[in-house]
Amino acid sequence: MIEIVEAGPFNTVQDLGRPGYRDIGVSACGAMDPLAVRIGNILVGNEDNVAAIEVQTFPFKLRFEAGGVFAVTGADGRPMLDGRELLAWCTHIAEPGQILELKQPPKLARAYIVFRGGLDVPVLMGSRSTSLRGGFGGNAGRPLVKGDRIGFGTSSDALPLPPSGIAVVEPAVALRDVFPAMIDGVLPIRAIAAGEHELFAADGEAFWSQTWRISSSSDRTGYRLSGEPIKPTATVEMRSHGIVPGVIQVPPGGEPIIQMSDANTAGGYPKIAGVIECDLWRLGQARIGSRLRFVRSTHAEARTVEQAIARYVADVRQTSQMVKRALKAMG
Amino acid sequence: MIATSNTLKPLHEIIPAIKGRARVSCIGTRSFLLEAPGEFDLPAQRWIWSLAQTVKGWADIAEVIPGMTNLLAIFKETPEDPDIIATRLLDAWNNAESLDLAGKVIEIPVHYGGSYAIDLPAICDFCGLSDREVVRIHYEASYRVFALGSAPGFGYLHGLDPRIYMPRKTVPSLRMEKGSVTIGGMQTGVAMLTGPNGWNSLGHAELQMFDPTSATPALLAPGDTVRFLPVRIEL
Repeated sequence: MIEIVEAGPFNTVQDLGRPGYRDIGVSACGAMDPLAVRIGNILVGNEDNVAAIEVQTFPFKLRFEAGGVFAVTGADGRPMLDGRELLAWCTHIAEPGQILELKQPPKLARAYIVFRGGLDVPVLMGSRSTSLRGGFGGNAGRPLVKGDRIGFGTSSDALPLPPSGIAVVEPAVALRDVFPAMIDGVLPIRAIAAGEHELFAADGEAFWSQTWRISSSSDRTGYRLSGEPIKPTATVEMRSHGIVPGVIQVPPGGEPIIQMSDANTAGGYPKIAGVIECDLWRLGQARIGSRLRFVRSTHAEARTVEQAIARYVADVRQTSQMVKRALKAMG
Repeated sequence: MIATSNTLKPLHEIIPAIKGRARVSCIGTRSFLLEAPGEFDLPAQRWIWSLAQTVKGWADIAEVIPGMTNLLAIFKETPEDPDIIATRLLDAWNNAESLDLAGKVIEIPVHYGGSYAIDLPAICDFCGLSDREVVRIHYEASYRVFALGSAPGFGYLHGLDPRIYMPRKTVPSLRMEKGSVTIGGMQTGVAMLTGPNGWNSLGHAELQMFDPTSATPALLAPGDTVRFLPVRIEL
């Protein structure tokens, strides 16, 4: 059981999301950096899809009422347990009464606190994710506030954890071969041209060549980009159609919107491109005010990156199991 | 609310023989949108309903989202060759027969006019009819749920009388109340959430249309027929 001691707005319970209900208008939701949640869950011995806390407003503090095993993944900040700095991307054991504190990370946007057994909130429509728009799921359909108390579920993993913890090389480092680094502080985000790209003619080229800034009116639903507006050569009245996270729509003002985890399920604005799914976690870690550039990609390239991520996840799972089994054999 | 028969039955009507070539485009890696050519009408939507049934049966499909005369297919994996997916979808479209989803009949009690009908004067100005006529034309029609989307349980309703078509607002209302009965272009519907909304409100309905704890969370389903019952008209 944990109790929230300090929380800004918009910190929520999230797992890998609630896909499968877009046809009745329900957003998939889920962590903005799902890779951080998966890796955190594997480290503490959970199934991949167990619910964690997504912290995007700092500082954030919680008290372990009972003890527990946890890991903090995602952001590049050092978590503190009773004022002592801890390694991120590593399992730790908390004693009853200890306080975990997360401060504003230096560069990235979101941290995930993953607990052994996961957060024991009800499963609604196949997920424990908070749907802020729908007002359901997660912690009573709303962000965490001071005084909220949430228990842990049970973990099926019977293997012991080493007292010093299991750490992992974080994805940004382990996968640097398939995720191009920032160039002059500009994050490259790969995308594939979408339905109405041709409608933008020369402005379509400007979309790829310019640097966009993530505007302050960005949230889990979507990132609004500021830059030189792009306009279609004709106004089209699109019929409402299904959309997914990653789609880049251009509303009449000409500044693109990228749909994120709480993406609307239907839209009608012209679509210029779609971010490849395996780059979405990097967008989820991009902060308001930071800059990005779109790089033309292909399905083949996306598959190559997906396969590299799958190998990394499988490797983390296998290695952590090996370490724990070896420890058990020694014990 | 009255809910009756929820069965599939083919409707014996004359269907235009030529469907025309649909357009397929991709959104990112796993999602492909097929857009029906031609009119925004019931025959086109029946082909979409039929296509949805077919595509749902494919082993490599994760989700199928029928839209307004279009369909978004989300595959489990990123395909190596997107052209093969486009061809499969087009073939399925060409082979799709007309399917009528004869769903339930749902009657929604509406309080027309009053404090929620913030856009009724603008609708009257646009169509040149009195508020009484606009309201009567709205409740006398029978609507079909073409698709759900945009908000949990929100149904896009087809069947609006062209005399009261009303374009979406260029600047959306920042706080449209949940339950507002609205017109957006050639469509009508009931707002599911309080929040920004570009449609035009002419009344209000008190009806719980989405319950996440239910086995069937959404009251409406594609194919359902909706009728609005004027329980109060306050002009």
